[in-house]
Amino acid sequence: MDLGQLLAIVIGAIFVSNFVLMRFLGLCPFVGVSKDSDSALGMGMAVIFVMTMASLVTWFVYNYVLVPLEITYLRTIAFILVIATLVQFVEMVIEKTSPALHKSLGIYLPLITTNCAVLGVAVVNVDSFMVTDLPRNASFIYTVVHGLSAGIGFTLALILMAAIRERLDLVDIPKSMRGIAITFIVAGLMAIAFQGFSGLKIG
Amino acid sequence: MQSVVAKSMIALTGMAAIFGAVLAVASRIFVVHRDPRVEQVLELLPGANCGACGFPGCQGLAEAMVQGEAAPNACPPGGAETASAIADALGGDAGDVVPKVAVVHCKGGLSNSVQRLEYEGIEDCRAALLVGGNPKACIFGCLGFGTCKTVCPFDAVELDEEGIVHIDRVKCTGCGNCVIACPVNIMELVSEDMRVHIKCSSHDKGAAAKKVCTVACIACRLCVKKCPTDAIHMDDNLAVIDYSKCTNCGVCAAVCPTDAIVDEIPARPKAVIGGKCEGAGKCKEVCPVKAIEGEPGERHEIIREKCIGCGLCMEACPTKAVNMVGALGHQRAKGGALESE
Repeated sequence: MDLGQLLAIVIGAIFVSNFVLMRFLGLCPFVGVSKDSDSALGMGMAVIFVMTMASLVTWFVYNYVLVPLEITYLRTIAFILVIATLVQFVEMVIEKTSPALHKSLGIYLPLITTNCAVLGVAVVNVDSFMVTDLPRNASFIYTVVHGLSAGIGFTLALILMAAIRERLDLVDIPKSMRGIAITFIVAGLMAIAFQGFSGLKIG
Repeated sequence: MQSVVAKSMIALTGMAAIFGAVLAVASRIFVVHRDPRVEQVLELLPGANCGACGFPGCQGLAEAMVQGEAAPNACPPGGAETASAIADALGGDAGDVVPKVAVVHCKGGLSNSVQRLEYEGIEDCRAALLVGGNPKACIFGCLGFGTCKTVCPFDAVELDEEGIVHIDRVKCTGCGNCVIACPVNIMELVSEDMRVHIKCSSHDKGAAAKKVCTVACIACRLCVKKCPTDAIHMDDNLAVIDYSKCTNCGVCAAVCPTDAIVDEIPARPKAVIGGKCEGAGKCKEVCPVKAIEGEPGERHEIIREKCIGCGLCMEACPTKAVNMVGALGHQRAKGGALESE
């Protein structure tokens, strides 16, 4: 484990292989919750939280349940189970302990239950850090950091999109292109722009 | 082969059972007691989530109503029907709902105000303001691109060819969307029974305001001096009506030299002095427009052309010799008697 590698994971998850714009995961909330930047930020925070928690929990499930039982090919189903439970559980805890936080974050949590970006981060974690011969502690730290940065990358894309859409509201767009149509085109252009990061070499 | 199937089945079923148990326990531990009345009130509310009540959506208002933080009549678009239904549900008194309507505090159209620049772009006040500031020389005035019209869900905002905004008082529900959207903040929600408004928002000094708009408030303070109920005060070179004190007498509109104050009451009565007059002269003292003449001890006369029908003399007369006649009788802007539309 070295810091250069860690930095490469962070930059990689936020920019080079951004979950929304490069891996094309989590597109539903990307289009659905990007109408204004306040809710985009709320959704982003919820995703960061859930992705980090999901990375952490799936690491334990994979290494201490799936590997010993030699049923790693069931990881997708197992991870869905884990993530859905986790999100439900977290929502309950937040609602009870902090109603204020639940108001700002809680309404987005059910949306994340079946968000493919969260499942994606868990699967990518397995492929990059668990099936390799990394030492245990390094694998664990990389996994959690990757989950966190993937969430930040998602939030970044969501906020950029919300900012663009807020400005698009004031622009004279042909009637047939208004709303979702122009949003898809903008999403495509943003993805092309993010392709520029793929030449980045770190570590 | 069989062992693989058995193993995966047992592992997944086991995991599912454990997670299920955890969730079941958690739902018991972290149970939040919701008040069933919130749901009930929520169903009675219009559900438009317009935010006119000042709470975050209908849900927020429903919670506040149940907790007693908001009155059952706190929903302006819902009106009296909704209020009484909610009051019934919560077991309280509905209270009076005075509907509110939006008022535009600017009447500077293309012909009576100076344009600083000609804006060509997206027809939206917010966009225009971003590009080059207010196209009017008066930076406080209405831009006239009709953002208020765009955001109005009830089609209650009209723009005339002069670029002046008019509110359809029948269609307006007082939701306040236009008030929030207006980038120069010249709109206000006012009780529906208020019919005299200052149609200017300019804080410029008198001379400067007059230079750019012929119908601007020039801060002459005439209305402040003449108002019989002290309802008008000056706020940084702009006369402002305190609607809680205003009686719709219309004196301010009559004395305003620039017509910046608008009296929306279509016709007012005239005062008539009857035979009971003993010449006490009280009416002459209170008349804000000097429409009464007469010597002390003799029967006074009303100069009909000057009388604005404010009714102050009627209230002041010690012998009750003054009556208000004509137009809508002597109903002085009280409640629904003035529904002229």
